[in-house]
Amino acid sequence: MVPDSIVDLSEADTRFLRRLEAELGASDLSRCFQCGVCTASCPVREVESSFSPRRIMKLAKMGLKRQVLSSDTIWLCSMCFMCLERCPQDVRPPEVMTVLRNMAAKEGVAPANLSKLLYILKQNGRVYSVDDFTNEERGDRGLPAVEAEPEFIKRISEAKA
Amino acid sequence: MRYGLFLGCTIPTRQMNYEQSAREVAKVLGIEFVDGGYGCCGFPVEPVDEVKALSMAAANLKIASSSGDALVTLCSACGEMLSKAEKRLGDDVEATKGVGKVLTQAGLTYSGEKPRVIHFARMLHDDYGLDNIRSKVVKPLKGLKIATHPGCHYVRPSTLFSGFDDPEFPGTLDRLVDATGAEAIDYQGKTDCCGGGILAVREDVAKAMTGKKLAKLSGKADAMVVICPFCEIMYDKYQKTLEEELGRQLGLPILYYSQLLGLALGIDPSKLGFDVNSVGVQALLGKVGV
Repeated sequence: MVPDSIVDLSEADTRFLRRLEAELGASDLSRCFQCGVCTASCPVREVESSFSPRRIMKLAKMGLKRQVLSSDTIWLCSMCFMCLERCPQDVRPPEVMTVLRNMAAKEGVAPANLSKLLYILKQNGRVYSVDDFTNEERGDRGLPAVEAEPEFIKRISEAKA
Repeated sequence: MRYGLFLGCTIPTRQMNYEQSAREVAKVLGIEFVDGGYGCCGFPVEPVDEVKALSMAAANLKIASSSGDALVTLCSACGEMLSKAEKRLGDDVEATKGVGKVLTQAGLTYSGEKPRVIHFARMLHDDYGLDNIRSKVVKPLKGLKIATHPGCHYVRPSTLFSGFDDPEFPGTLDRLVDATGAEAIDYQGKTDCCGGGILAVREDVAKAMTGKKLAKLSGKADAMVVICPFCEIMYDKYQKTLEEELGRQLGLPILYYSQLLGLALGIDPSKLGFDVNSVGVQALLGKVGV
């Protein structure tokens, strides 16, 4: 078993970087020069040492597709955008994370709590369902009733494109 | 002043204290909110399917555009998602094509409509104005020390918000608090994320982020002021659990800015939704004499 800190380059595939760069969110990934400002700015890193946006950028850039997409850590970015503000190379790490997450989700490895949201929106048109009690409480507070299940959100969630 | 009001998913079901206080405040300030058939902004599905997320945002932008009013969002994530969609759709040819396909299948269209989208707090700061707020304050909240938590998506990514505020040292929420007569205190880590963005993925990590800020501010401020439902949920709804886990009392009331402003405008606290706040606010209300 190779320890996590050691990078096994035998699986490196440069086509992965090209595929990433074709996505607008990751279009400037190759500019990353590993300064580490992202990781140093990261509030998640402060409480969870396994999370390093810098390392994710590096592995993605080296074309280590499997390691990156199957890694739990791509889901740990909280999207606070502090690293995006500070990155001297304008790599936009949170946008790279979204590209990686979307690819991982297509391969079926998204955390269950996230992948089920699209299913919930297909069913209810809302993240939290609205029932008679909801609108009753809203009425008591002088708030207008809200539509229980917005149809257009259901239709978008169902669309296959 | 008239705006469309975008509620999102969380506020109209779980965070009615924000909506109730925002609407009450708007009434007193003479701001009209128009409701109108909006749905999820798309933000929750962005991690798994960005094209679907942008499609939801686009469909909402289309609705807002047909009303002719600028759109106020109470939730910072909704504001950021809708603003991002306005920037991306057009710039990003691939995403625009993908969104077009999804919308066609859903029987919808989007033709690049870009209504003005503005966060509730920014609307108060930029459009309504601090002087006008001050002129409406009947009960200055003198002596109240407030730690603001501007949160992330209100000011970042700064490229989406055309020069509004400072992504490193945001000051608009502090100035809004000062306009109520309360004092916004300075503290280290003001821009630190609440952790809400990863609550569904790693609750323990999210809570560690929340607890860090609460522990720092407990005893140093009379309350924390937030403007995003995810921040409220983390700091308010998780505070009791965090007290048990940290083995210490935190006791930091978490107020929406609209609740704080409502008190300064002399609105009866029973209309400001304080019953939804988990951390008790009685001592705080006593301190300002209501």
